[in-house]
Amino acid sequence: MIVRVQLPTHLRTLAQIKGEVEVTIEGAATQRSVLNALEEAYPMLRGTIRDQATQQRRAFMRLFACERDLSHESPDAPLPAEVATGAEPLLVIGAIAGG
Amino acid sequence: MSKVRVLVGTRKGAFILTSDGKRENWQVSGPHFAGWEIYHMKGSPADPNRIYASQSSSWSGQVMQRSDDGGATWKVVGNNFAYDGVPGTHQWYDGTPHPWEFKRAWHIEPSLKNPDLVYAGVEDAAIFRSTDGGQNWQEMPGLRKHGSGPHWQPGAGGMCLHTIILDPSDEKRMYIAISAAGAFRTDDGGETWKPINRGLRSQFIPDPDAEVGHCVHHIAMHPGRPGVLFMQKHWDVMRSDNAGDQWTEVSGNLPTDFGFVIDVHAHEPETIYVVPIKSDSEHYPLDGQLRVYRSRTGGNEWEPLTKGLPQSNCFVNVLRDAMSVDSLDKCGIYFGTTGGQVYMSPDAGDSWTPIVRDLPAVLSVEVQTLA
Repeated sequence: MIVRVQLPTHLRTLAQIKGEVEVTIEGAATQRSVLNALEEAYPMLRGTIRDQATQQRRAFMRLFACERDLSHESPDAPLPAEVATGAEPLLVIGAIAGG
Repeated sequence: MSKVRVLVGTRKGAFILTSDGKRENWQVSGPHFAGWEIYHMKGSPADPNRIYASQSSSWSGQVMQRSDDGGATWKVVGNNFAYDGVPGTHQWYDGTPHPWEFKRAWHIEPSLKNPDLVYAGVEDAAIFRSTDGGQNWQEMPGLRKHGSGPHWQPGAGGMCLHTIILDPSDEKRMYIAISAAGAFRTDDGGETWKPINRGLRSQFIPDPDAEVGHCVHHIAMHPGRPGVLFMQKHWDVMRSDNAGDQWTEVSGNLPTDFGFVIDVHAHEPETIYVVPIKSDSEHYPLDGQLRVYRSRTGGNEWEPLTKGLPQSNCFVNVLRDAMSVDSLDKCGIYFGTTGGQVYMSPDAGDSWTPIVRDLPAVLSVEVQTLA
């Protein structure tokens, strides 16, 4: 299946992406499978959304979809059906924290 | 005719300043990596067009960039800085154990001979090595396994390994410094390390003469005389004449011996530079007067250099990696400030002029002298 992902500006610049990206997922669409596919397609993003060593989501990075905050759900929980079907994007959002 | 390329890392991007050997007219390129902190950029002595840049963000972690065309274009290389084995813990600010966690690379030191060999000093403190141009990184675990690692604790800026000096006369010897653990030396290519902090005194630790725990801000060495080191410490300017085995204080007549940066003239190994700031809580020049202090005698006797530098209402800081020298004749000295100015002296410090004055806060300055 194809999942749509929207990245924050700095990560789009880093990956040389304009607009949304689409990643192809084998099996269930979860946070982990989508981020794995994203990092496979764009290796320069490794370590930017999840810490490379711990695989923990970075504190200032949040994951939203379908007007819900998915940040604290299990990385292996199924994403909403709308995301899995490509109707809605998974949003990677940088926290509004100044700096 | 020779050229000069100045690599400037700032809080919000990288800038590259270039000039011919006259150092009068400068071109400013940037920002590269706009919006990201660039803790350090450094070119390979073996291939000056090979430049490494450490890019980081509180949001998005660490990225390592490499240019093979003198900074015109960049590509992301590897950023997997995984500690060797079980990382364990070090001391936190409150004295409790805290897990070792990679945050960013503070300092990049390319090999003197091999453009694909490069070292990185990182926070939390460790030294990593890449033998493939930055694509893959391996920790050199002998440093943290020296035994004192669990007792290291962060300074105000974090527990960073911020200084790496390669000995040009001995490929197996290098020096590093960690805030706030101290200085260490390896004589066997990084397999084993020993603390070299004898002679340092730090009143803020339980034993002022302890083997580790000293807040070393920066170390400098003249490449022609690698056994002599100069150190700017949290307080005190120090000198060692035996590769760090023993240090003596050379603060002399400095108005304050607190500061971050220290560097050595390219051709005069007894001529050194510091930028004193008022105190550990007031990180700005005394009386708002930005003054570089120069010693022509390897310390103890210092003269203020003021010509061209603001002498009123100046409250910027000069961070530990934000001074560098070129190797032209006369030697050029460069430093960047937290106010976004990059000052340059074409005459070994006698007079100064800003190359640029409104950049984001400057974190690092490195100079390449090009043929």
